[in-house]
Amino acid sequence: MDGWKHGDTLWRLLIALTAAAVLVLILAIGWLLWRDSSAARQEFGVSFVLPTSDASWNPVFDKFQAWPFIYGTLQTSFVALLIAIPVSLGIAIFLAELSPAWLRTPLGWMIELLAAIPSVVYGLWGIFVFLPAVVTPLGDALGQAFGGIPGLGVFFAGLIPQSGSSRLAASLILAIMIVPTIAAVSRDVFLAIPGAQREAAMALGATSWEMIWQVLIPYGLSGILGAVILGLGRALGETMAVTMVIGNSIEGSLSLLRPGYTMSSIIANEFAEAVTELHTQALVEIGLVLFIMTLLLNIVARFLVWRVARRTPQEVRA
Amino acid sequence: MTTSTMPAKRQIVFSEARFARRRIVNLIMLGLTGAMALLALVPLIWITTYVILRGGSSINVSFFTQAPRPLGVAGGGVLHAIQGTFILTALAGVFAIPPGVLAAVYAARNPNTPLGIAVRFSTDVLSGVPSIVVGLFGYALIVKTQGHYSALAGGLALAILMLPIVVRTTEEMIKLVPHTLREGSLALGAAEWKTTLRVVLPAAMNGIITGLMLGLARASGETAPLLFTALGNERYDAFRIIKSGIQTGQNPLSILNMLVEQPIDSLPLTLWKYAQQPYPERINQAWGVALVLMAIVLLTNVSAKLWVTRRAGQLKG
Repeated sequence: MDGWKHGDTLWRLLIALTAAAVLVLILAIGWLLWRDSSAARQEFGVSFVLPTSDASWNPVFDKFQAWPFIYGTLQTSFVALLIAIPVSLGIAIFLAELSPAWLRTPLGWMIELLAAIPSVVYGLWGIFVFLPAVVTPLGDALGQAFGGIPGLGVFFAGLIPQSGSSRLAASLILAIMIVPTIAAVSRDVFLAIPGAQREAAMALGATSWEMIWQVLIPYGLSGILGAVILGLGRALGETMAVTMVIGNSIEGSLSLLRPGYTMSSIIANEFAEAVTELHTQALVEIGLVLFIMTLLLNIVARFLVWRVARRTPQEVRA
Repeated sequence: MTTSTMPAKRQIVFSEARFARRRIVNLIMLGLTGAMALLALVPLIWITTYVILRGGSSINVSFFTQAPRPLGVAGGGVLHAIQGTFILTALAGVFAIPPGVLAAVYAARNPNTPLGIAVRFSTDVLSGVPSIVVGLFGYALIVKTQGHYSALAGGLALAILMLPIVVRTTEEMIKLVPHTLREGSLALGAAEWKTTLRVVLPAAMNGIITGLMLGLARASGETAPLLFTALGNERYDAFRIIKSGIQTGQNPLSILNMLVEQPIDSLPLTLWKYAQQPYPERINQAWGVALVLMAIVLLTNVSAKLWVTRRAGQLKG
């Protein structure tokens, strides 16, 4: 019995196996998606994900191309980032550098609460409150302002539906949903920057803003970039709220003001009702593409955040 | 007045005008950051108040105690979805908490071994996997193998989403337990597993429970992973299943099995379906469901935060 050290060998084995199981889980997700999309991958090859102007998604003839959904996901996520980055950086700076101490904790909590609201509640509020009140008028205004400009006008062409259901609506809701992620991570990045950096900038006569803009942001840039990528990862995968407000339409338009479709919302809408095996497989393949995209983004983001966190304490000591 | 005529002036380091401009820029930008923080609160307050007002007016006793009525018939409730959310969240907890805590124990004990780093890294990655993809995984793993949708598959999918939260909070809390406590137990001759289970984990229990509550709250609000695992089932009635199980003399395990082997609804799933229907009474109930979901989320989050703050205050003092 001595070799077992009163059961400790068994215990160590048990916890090591559970730890390994977490790793195996990720591999299992990738493997099952890969396996269950094999026929679709063979049938359509690379053309499944390549950009085309006349992509077909036709369950009746078993012809599937995912480009409209990939475009919808990338466009809505990109616009959401454009809106969310300045807002979240502002929040992060305010929370880390400016806020009076009594306000810091409650404000931080409220921002975090924004991340805790279930996605379907965002969707419901979106459909009945936010879209008619904000998105429809905003879409009309944007269409009038930018619709006529050559080039850029493509993204503001057409009329926004009266309900407001559009890629613009999805982008705005996504922006609200990813602000807490980006803000919380970049606040932590700011807090990890050594005080000596601030003092040095102040001692050279910088104003608070110059210190933030010329010293803190460059110093924490890779961490902030990591935060942004984490937010992007959330935006790419977000399903319910987007499905409820984007209008779910496969039309060729590039416009933000028109209804669209995303990768996650086509899976949500069609998977349970897919008839043919190839239809199911095509949807799983979209899931696989989404999985790979978010996996890569997360690895990059974690690496960037981790590098800042790791570098900082050493430099304080030096 | 070009630059060439005023070389002497350029040597003056301090320029009143330039300083004023810098101060104005400073004020504007700092003001903007505060404005951004306020801007982020607008949707929070807007959603919360609207859900409370609209949902509050559509909630009554039968909302919580009755099954749904056929479309077009007024009244009825979402009891089936409340039962479903409870069962699904419980399943998620059962599947996620034990392995999550054990993996966290490993990660906290061996932070720098390859496997320890791999665990932390894969929990981070797992928390970034889209919930809809987790739903596809649950479908491929359980539904496809068993041949039917089930609460079990839904619970498993929710557990995968919950796992990263469990691992991360448990690991953080274990790390906060003073080394002396652990060493004291080991020095008294207690085995390592006993030290972990009887000394370290109890010392970290408050924080861990807080983390678990947040994880359960998150799981109870998820929809996407349930779409093709739990699927939804308006006729689900846990009380009837239990009653008929007892009447036919089944043992408790097989009654449990009957509860989880069929498709099931949950509050978020119900909200999603009702929101898309053209019937005003269903829309009203969707708002009621939204209120219940918001209440779960807000209460868990706020109480968890207050608890953590109070505990932190006690530890300091």
